[in-house]
Amino acid sequence: MIRQIAPAFRMTLLFTVLTGLLYPAAVTALCQALFPRQANGSMVTASGRTIGSSLIGQDFRRPEYLNGRPSAAGAGYDATASGGSNYGPASRKLMDRIEGSAAAFRKANPQATGALPADLVTASASGLDPHLSPASALLQAGRIAAARGVDAGAVRSLIEAHVEEPTLGFLGEPRVNVLETNLALDRQFPKR
Amino acid sequence: MTPQGVVLIAVYFGLLLLLTKPMGLFLNRVFSGQRTLLHPVLRPVEKLIYRLGGVREDVEQRWTQYSASLIAFSLASFVVAYLLQRLQGRLPLNPQGFGTAVMTPDLAFNTAVSFVTNTNWQAYTGEATLSYLVQMAALTVQNFVSAAAGVAVAVAVVRGFARQQAHSIGNFWVDLTRGVLYVFLPLSLAGALFLCSRGVIQNFHPYEHVRTVEGAEQVIPQGPVASQEAIKMIGTNGGGFFNANSSHPFENPTPLTNFVQMLMIFLIPAGLTYTFGAMVGDTRQGWALFAAMSILFLAGVFIAYPAEQAGTPALQKAGIETAAGPAQPGGNMEGKEVRFGIAASALFAVITTDASCGAVNSMHDSYTPLGGLVPLFNIQLGEVVFGGTGAGLYGMLLFAILAVFIAGLMVGRTPEYLGKKIEQKEVKMAMLALIAAAASILVFAGLTAAVSFAKGSYWNPPGAAVANLNNGGPHGLGEILYAFSSATGNNGSAFAGINANTPWYNLTTGFAMLIGRFLFIIPMLAAAGSLAAKKKVPATSGTFPTHGGLFVGLLIGTVIIVGALTFFPALALGPIVEHFLLRDGKLFSFLMMATGVSL
Repeated sequence: MIRQIAPAFRMTLLFTVLTGLLYPAAVTALCQALFPRQANGSMVTASGRTIGSSLIGQDFRRPEYLNGRPSAAGAGYDATASGGSNYGPASRKLMDRIEGSAAAFRKANPQATGALPADLVTASASGLDPHLSPASALLQAGRIAAARGVDAGAVRSLIEAHVEEPTLGFLGEPRVNVLETNLALDRQFPKR
Repeated sequence: MTPQGVVLIAVYFGLLLLLTKPMGLFLNRVFSGQRTLLHPVLRPVEKLIYRLGGVREDVEQRWTQYSASLIAFSLASFVVAYLLQRLQGRLPLNPQGFGTAVMTPDLAFNTAVSFVTNTNWQAYTGEATLSYLVQMAALTVQNFVSAAAGVAVAVAVVRGFARQQAHSIGNFWVDLTRGVLYVFLPLSLAGALFLCSRGVIQNFHPYEHVRTVEGAEQVIPQGPVASQEAIKMIGTNGGGFFNANSSHPFENPTPLTNFVQMLMIFLIPAGLTYTFGAMVGDTRQGWALFAAMSILFLAGVFIAYPAEQAGTPALQKAGIETAAGPAQPGGNMEGKEVRFGIAASALFAVITTDASCGAVNSMHDSYTPLGGLVPLFNIQLGEVVFGGTGAGLYGMLLFAILAVFIAGLMVGRTPEYLGKKIEQKEVKMAMLALIAAAASILVFAGLTAAVSFAKGSYWNPPGAAVANLNNGGPHGLGEILYAFSSATGNNGSAFAGINANTPWYNLTTGFAMLIGRFLFIIPMLAAAGSLAAKKKVPATSGTFPTHGGLFVGLLIGTVIIVGALTFFPALALGPIVEHFLLRDGKLFSFLMMATGVSL
């Protein structure tokens, strides 16, 4: 056992250099050369400044924008504190929060009369979910159109144009990227 | 369940089946020292490592020496990982300036043990505590070597069955080096490039401060994520760069990366079943293990997925759509990402707990009682359904020893497996490993449910250990059970609401990880040493064949009966009672009755 200690430390240091320094450095060099946009966070710019990442959800609360899902990351979409609510299915706090979100949504969107899509009132795993289901996005079209003083049908078709379908038909779910759709809304229906 | 969800599961399993033989053949070539395609590049590196490390490639070890090398290496790894964390404030590659105040001694101990034992339990929050240097030189390194050490042990155990009248079971340093060089490094390099091409970040920039569309400030973390993400999955490690792990869009940005990550988890464990068959000279033996694992895997998927899709009565009562439609996922979406939906989340949860991976793309704590029971029970079964790299195979071989032992008792013959008589020594060692794991889970969980400290005390500032829970009622017990099952099983996933970053939890889960790793590996190596010394007995008409359906059934039965007998009482008080109460509409506010013994 004692005689094994010296080779153990030597091997640990060798693997630290190989897999802890050389390997990440090589991956970084290759990724920065081949995929610079992705490697640096898929950042999005609008009117000349960086306004976020297309992969990281943002907190949208104004009526003229698509509002994303509830977020348990920090005070909401805090990317330095990713995570879910971790409330169990029988948690009173969870159901109070869901019922509160549902009531607030129905109030802000009077046309939402039926059962609400599950993703709309539940917190995501990362707290940074950049997407909504198409149903959750379309339910907000009327409110967005009213806030922007445009036709609801035009907002609906803009949202529909932003629906990403499952890859190869079975990987993932149909979804709408909230940030990208909101930027498109600003471009197509600028607020007067 | 949706048709797309079923297609996803079918395509996943089909691809896994196709990859098993090529992967297994490759692993067999690597660990028997045969030439591979990668030799022109990597053989000189391998020789250089032996020379600098002072390792003699041609010298084989007895099981005792093999174990001693493994323990010494784990100890050295622990020391380096601990020091890097504690000294991170004075070391480079730390653009956020994380200091030692956040990496307390107990948290650094827990994290070092966690990565050395291939558990990758995260009591820390990656993006708020660890420098890039620690993520790379401590965590990524351990992702490689703890996974390779697991494969090394599995290969050594199989040599025990394959050899006869032999005293040695291989050389730990050689097995470790070959695993890292020929298997984990090339796969990780390819995996990291693929992940980055789909959006996983890889840089050394400081965190990005942006002003959002609505004018708020958002701080977006950066870092060398892709390089760690690839080995995190391929090495069934599971420790995320970020707190949210594989649900974080920078770790797992698309449904395609999610699918590939799921394949990465099972690739080597599935391949090893074929390697096992090839090494013992009868590939049917490997396929028998593969079949048993596949049945347990699919059973888990088809319990967890419908449970999550059904949602809960409470959700329906609140006016939430739980049936899936063409434009929304339905089901229980709390703690799940829209891009993955229900099917890819439930499938991931089953895979990550069948293997000892522990990466999560959804929050298991928020699963329905039955949906969450499946991951928990998978871990408690010992993660033998494909399992961790290496750990799954030697875990399943332990159950194979028990299965033939039970069959032998039923017919009154000395049990044999692969031509080796299974005698007192092997069965004792198998039982030792099983009992150590079960005791670690149940004793630590029981203690934690009962102990109480003064509020503000060093050991557990919130007071009683149950004050760290995020949920009341049976789900709270579920959080404790999951924590110690995950630690002992070297899984690393969590019912993550529990605040496990206090000295009490950091030390108890740390010891549970050490027990689960070393009190499993050492008995298995001892059994291998004993088996290697034995002669093979020729198969006769009275030999129980271990490649047919009867054996597969017996093996599955042994796994489930041992798991169920050990854990049913605890599970009955947790997820099972929760299921029935929730069905009757019962909700739980946070309880806070700190009873129990005072320490």
